[in-house]
Amino acid sequence: MSTTKSTHDHDHAAHDGHGHDHAHDHSHDDHHDPKWYSPSRWLFSTNHKDIGTLYLVFALIAGVIGFVFSGFMRVELAEPGLQLFNGTAFGGFFGNEHNYNVITTMHGLIMIFFMVMPALIGGFGNWFVPLMIGAPDMAMPRMNNISFWLLPAAFFLLVLSMFVPAQATGDATGFGGGWVLYPPLSGSTGHSGVAMDLVIFSLHLAGISSILGAINFIVTILNMRAPGMTLHKMPLFAWSVLVTAFLLVLALPVLAGALTMLLTDRNFGSKFFVPAGGGDPIMFQHLFWFFGHPEVYIMILPGFGIISHVISTFSKKPVFGYLAMAYAMVAIGLIGFVVWAHHMYTVGMNVNLKAYFVAATMVIAVPTGVKIFSWIATMWGGSIDFKVPMLWAIGFIFLFTVGGVTGVVLANAGVDHALHDTYYVVAHFHYVLSLGAVFTLFCGWYYWFEKMFGIKYNGFIGGLHFWLMFIGSNLIFFPQHFLGLQGMPRRYVDYAPAFREWHHLSTIGYYVAAAATIVFFIGLLEAMIRRRKGVANPWGEGATTLEWTLSSPPPFHQYNDLPRVK
Amino acid sequence: MEHITVKPRIHASGWRMWTIMRIGSWKNWALGCAAAFVAGSAYATPVPGGINFQPAATETAEHVHAFHTEVLIIITAITVFVTLLLLWVMIRYNKRANPVAKKFSHNTTVEILWTVIPVLILIWIAKGSFPLLYEQDVMPDVAETEIVDVKVYGRQWYWSYIYGEGDDSLEYDSNMIQAADLKAGMIQQLSVDNPMVAPAGKYVRLSVTASDVIHAWAMPAFALKVDAVPGRLNQLWFKTDKPGVYYGQCSELCGDRHSGMPIELRVLPQDQYDAWLAHAKTSLSEARAYLDQVQPLTAQVASR
Repeated sequence: MSTTKSTHDHDHAAHDGHGHDHAHDHSHDDHHDPKWYSPSRWLFSTNHKDIGTLYLVFALIAGVIGFVFSGFMRVELAEPGLQLFNGTAFGGFFGNEHNYNVITTMHGLIMIFFMVMPALIGGFGNWFVPLMIGAPDMAMPRMNNISFWLLPAAFFLLVLSMFVPAQATGDATGFGGGWVLYPPLSGSTGHSGVAMDLVIFSLHLAGISSILGAINFIVTILNMRAPGMTLHKMPLFAWSVLVTAFLLVLALPVLAGALTMLLTDRNFGSKFFVPAGGGDPIMFQHLFWFFGHPEVYIMILPGFGIISHVISTFSKKPVFGYLAMAYAMVAIGLIGFVVWAHHMYTVGMNVNLKAYFVAATMVIAVPTGVKIFSWIATMWGGSIDFKVPMLWAIGFIFLFTVGGVTGVVLANAGVDHALHDTYYVVAHFHYVLSLGAVFTLFCGWYYWFEKMFGIKYNGFIGGLHFWLMFIGSNLIFFPQHFLGLQGMPRRYVDYAPAFREWHHLSTIGYYVAAAATIVFFIGLLEAMIRRRKGVANPWGEGATTLEWTLSSPPPFHQYNDLPRVK
Repeated sequence: MEHITVKPRIHASGWRMWTIMRIGSWKNWALGCAAAFVAGSAYATPVPGGINFQPAATETAEHVHAFHTEVLIIITAITVFVTLLLLWVMIRYNKRANPVAKKFSHNTTVEILWTVIPVLILIWIAKGSFPLLYEQDVMPDVAETEIVDVKVYGRQWYWSYIYGEGDDSLEYDSNMIQAADLKAGMIQQLSVDNPMVAPAGKYVRLSVTASDVIHAWAMPAFALKVDAVPGRLNQLWFKTDKPGVYYGQCSELCGDRHSGMPIELRVLPQDQYDAWLAHAKTSLSEARAYLDQVQPLTAQVASR
């Protein structure tokens, strides 16, 4: 991939016969570029870059809400007893223990479905897959539009669910059964009100949005690569989105099926998950995790792609073991489909079945290790420039390693019997998501900021953001390993006083992370006010993918003449 | 105390990161240690600032801890190794130290090494993992007289325990003691009115289910946890030789008061267990009084 080179823009003479038309097209487009404040530009957009921006803005808004929710949790858990969710604090604004469960549930669903997925796949995927593979746009631009616009509708339903009755009777509102939605708690036994139905509709819509988006990516990547760009020359970010898209297309329908069965159980008297009618709640868990485990790779794989580019760019070296990197992602995706029940070691499975899932789960560590070591080997021998995106990338490698190795611990059912549903699990999956996926997100944000918006961010503010976030999120989540080992269960609004120390430290870590988030927005504002003009390629010789051959921001329509890849 | 059979091990998990702790809790910690020695039977509870498992109450739990320690050493070594590599490349190959980047992007030898070595490490881990899993899940084949059966029901938001069958059976509910009603020695969020009681030295076989939503019966000191699922009967077993007081908590989200349905397990010597069972069949309050007499909680009070 390092040998790819665009013939576009700089090389009109080479395309005699087309040169004139091309120039004409270009001025024509420029003249008619819609203004940024025109509502129709955003509402009816079929432009992959505009839709990518919409996804990013949406993810930012949802992310702030999800982050504030986690703040409610951390403040509540700073001390034993009930601080916020006690029915009286702030005039009863926060409600009671039920509302705490609602907040944890919403935090999970928002961060997964409305922050990480839209940002990494919808945002960066839309922006940079076409640019990187030399395509003028996505294969199905209008489907791209509806993929995005289903999301705000889904998000609206989810937020609405917080304000409608939890039960058929009583004042409680919102669904507080956890993001995993296990029946009977999510069935009419646990939540007989309309809130859960809205959650189901919300996830149906979000799922349709993702499936449409995934189909679009698959079609685009398989059909619209620039001449000469074989799959084995395709940038790793495009590879990661391709694998992710296949995971989405295969996994999400299973979730949709399970949710539909839950919906009919709740409303039309079916008994799929109702034991009294011959159903089995555990079947829901199998269906859910058949989606849920690939889902965690859906959230991290695009990040893997981003990290590869950033490491390579700032080491000024091609990615080490390119093919191994691509096929490691394929392997992770495939194995990701046969390990789901390691989330369910305590449901009462046959011991031989558990043994299988132990073995299968540990296998994933191998391709993941290949990726970690290949990133380090990419840096080895390089000439590393510690620009802000590189800080996030190196931070990611360290944190993902920590989160990965605790995954190896949890893979062993024998130990997981002790640690399942404790804070150890919370620490593990936040290390790979909150410190893994989110770090890749910020990594991509700073890497492509200038490219997307045509202005430069302030390096000092970006660095401050990184360090505060690095310290803050480690302070939040590292102590939670200890809580888990000591036996502190997840999803508890109140706890024994002995757990106070680590919870308190964790909450202090949250304040640091909150400061980091404020610094992030200050950096964004600063860049918007100063408007330092961006250049086509701010990173120099290390940045070899096609998007750096275009202006920053890229023209409204790019590659009217397709680039050729040698 | 007449049954000083078990050496208290509470301090085993209590060593702590001194830099970040409040000074005041040191006093509590010292008192807690002292109290545990006075009490004379095992108390497995979380301790302030604790960073490891609660002390193991069964042989199987000891094996879990040993296996975890082994894996912890391996993963710490891996993490340190990766960190050192990162530090090395950052020092040796930053743009000042190495202005001109090399261009290599393949090295078959190291690629094979970093695939094969992790595989070997994983095989090593699996070698310990499978026997441990089977040891936990498969109860040894012992005579029925060696087994005590207890049925456990998870309900919103308390536990019910059933001993024996038919006319002679004992069934009672176990509710958390609210903070305002805590008596000396009780622990906020962990103590209950009627604890589950089991004899030491017997194979205790739990049949766990639920009557409304899914709960999970968990006992950290035993490294045990199983979901209580409506419509399913899940089985757990344990055998401990350590009389004492053990605490666990519901470990599957079950609604509003999920954090308010703890599990208190009292392990008694066989004769005391028999006496407790006889008391409980006539009066639960008598049974509770008997428990507090033979296994008083008061020695623990200072540490909370």
